[in-house]
Amino acid sequence: MKKLSTRRRHPLAAIVVLILALAATGGLYAAFAPAGEAQAEETAQSLAIDEGKKLYTVGCASCHGAGGQGTSDGPTLVGVGAAAVDFQVGTGRMPAQQPSQQVPDKKTIYTQAEIDQLAAYVASLGAGPAAPTAEQYDPAGADIANGGQLYRTNCAQCHNFTGEGGALTHGKYAPDLSEVDPKHIYQAMLTGPQAMPVFPDTVMPEQEKRDIIAYLGAVNGEDSPTPGGFKLGGYGPVAEGLFGWVFGLGALVAVAIWVAARTAKAKKS
Amino acid sequence: MSSHDISEDNLPQKQAHAHGALGVADKDNPFADPGLPPHEHRIQDVDEKAAKRSERIVAGLFTLSMLATIGFIASFVALPVDKIVYIFPLGHVSALNFALGMTLGVALFAIGVGAVHWARTLMSDVEVAAERHPIEASPEVRAQVFADFKDGVTESGIGFGRRKLMRNTLLGALTLVPLSGVVLLRELGPMPGTKLRHTLWSKGKLLVNMNTHEPLRPSDISVGSLTFAMPEGLHEHDHDFQKEIAKAALMLVRLEPEDIKDKRELEWSHQGIVAYSKICTHVGCPISLYEQQTHHVLCPCHQSTFDLADGARVIFGPAGHALPQLRIGVNDEGYLEALGDFAEPVGPAFWERGES
Repeated sequence: MKKLSTRRRHPLAAIVVLILALAATGGLYAAFAPAGEAQAEETAQSLAIDEGKKLYTVGCASCHGAGGQGTSDGPTLVGVGAAAVDFQVGTGRMPAQQPSQQVPDKKTIYTQAEIDQLAAYVASLGAGPAAPTAEQYDPAGADIANGGQLYRTNCAQCHNFTGEGGALTHGKYAPDLSEVDPKHIYQAMLTGPQAMPVFPDTVMPEQEKRDIIAYLGAVNGEDSPTPGGFKLGGYGPVAEGLFGWVFGLGALVAVAIWVAARTAKAKKS
Repeated sequence: MSSHDISEDNLPQKQAHAHGALGVADKDNPFADPGLPPHEHRIQDVDEKAAKRSERIVAGLFTLSMLATIGFIASFVALPVDKIVYIFPLGHVSALNFALGMTLGVALFAIGVGAVHWARTLMSDVEVAAERHPIEASPEVRAQVFADFKDGVTESGIGFGRRKLMRNTLLGALTLVPLSGVVLLRELGPMPGTKLRHTLWSKGKLLVNMNTHEPLRPSDISVGSLTFAMPEGLHEHDHDFQKEIAKAALMLVRLEPEDIKDKRELEWSHQGIVAYSKICTHVGCPISLYEQQTHHVLCPCHQSTFDLADGARVIFGPAGHALPQLRIGVNDEGYLEALGDFAEPVGPAFWERGES
């Protein structure tokens, strides 16, 4: 007993204890870990990367380069992460139909499984934001009012106050957000596709992104009320004034002409 | 002479035209007035039944208007202000808005349609010609007015020689009177002083994230991101928040340092993070339509475009100055801080701004 108590102050004692503890943990893990499952997961992951690489070579490599290093026709994909792939391919923006100022969204041609494989391959090229899980972008229970304030500070300048979209320079534009899936809104904020800036979690935490998604759902969803009816794209007084002057006054002028053109005489001439 | 004596010539002519008395052009008078065509009757003029029907239609429209007004009052009383209903093709609209608009519209429209129908079918539609009389007064009246005016000039003495001093001083007095009003314009409120030249930013103030209200660190801001910051110590519930943020609003973006073309911009940045005023230098709109691939910022009001990689130089549009840059650094605790106020006034130019 005395021997132990003197040696426990030895400078190497801590290291010896650490090694013993590590050996015990490792041994226990080896004994109890579901070895087959872990291996299967790893295999599935590398399988996905292999499949994704095949899809990548066919669909993406001509612009983004054989190893995702980028060419004059497309930016590098090293470090963009799975979230960017899920957004770009999931909204149909990629593969792009033709080079242009801005690549529009269109019908998605890949299945979600294929998109996941592509994302796994691109994520393996370099670390980047991972595809979000459902609870990360689920707007249920989020603070809509706070989301509105955040939206007006960060998003409204380009996407309009109710997410109807708007014009930028040289044919670029901020798209209409009314039909966009919460997952894709979240990914867009996280990755900053095309002209859009990034809003990383460090300056806009996950909860705030959820608040923004909840706000858009409240003002811009299919069932969002427009108390006055005919919101005319939500563009504000210019669109409303134009509508009033052209169609409102136009209708009055047409009625006046119609009234004056019809004769009240018994004998039509 | 009395103003009541207006000759018969100057009054509107009586309805003298017999219908159907057509003038006929001949050699002496090739452009004879053909007069009005013969009057044609409406069905209501000849058929009493039709006239009755028109009367019923007009009365019906006016009754409809009354009912709509009652409907307006009823819906105002009955409908809650926040009730939303689905109405094709308008979508989900406020029931109250819709009911008020519809009933008021019908009430006004029915009065209008009723009045038009009344005028077109029942009021007399016999054509009447009312010719205009000459505007010019008769020669006698004109001569009299000119003579009276001359007499007045002579009697007051301002016309010829004798009372020139009086006339000239009167002109002087009348010229000076409006000056009082011009002088008053100077006191339309306190002068702005140096308010336009200073913002809340000063040396050592931390850059506070407008989303989280936490001070920002350089590592928070990634390349391609856009962050809005306000000076430490300003709170959204302060009574002068709007006034202060209108000058101090700041946008932060991070560029690759080798992309920054302007030497001073690089000097005033921190690890590629640059801080620019968010207020357009044209007429002061908040401007943050940042395109991260081109580093351009677009103003939504008049399309002024600034290149944030080149000292926020104006590359398009009516703005006259680059966006003011805020010099930033990092304090001992690793937070981003301002290294002073903006070097030039933010926002639109003003008379005394000077060049810089």
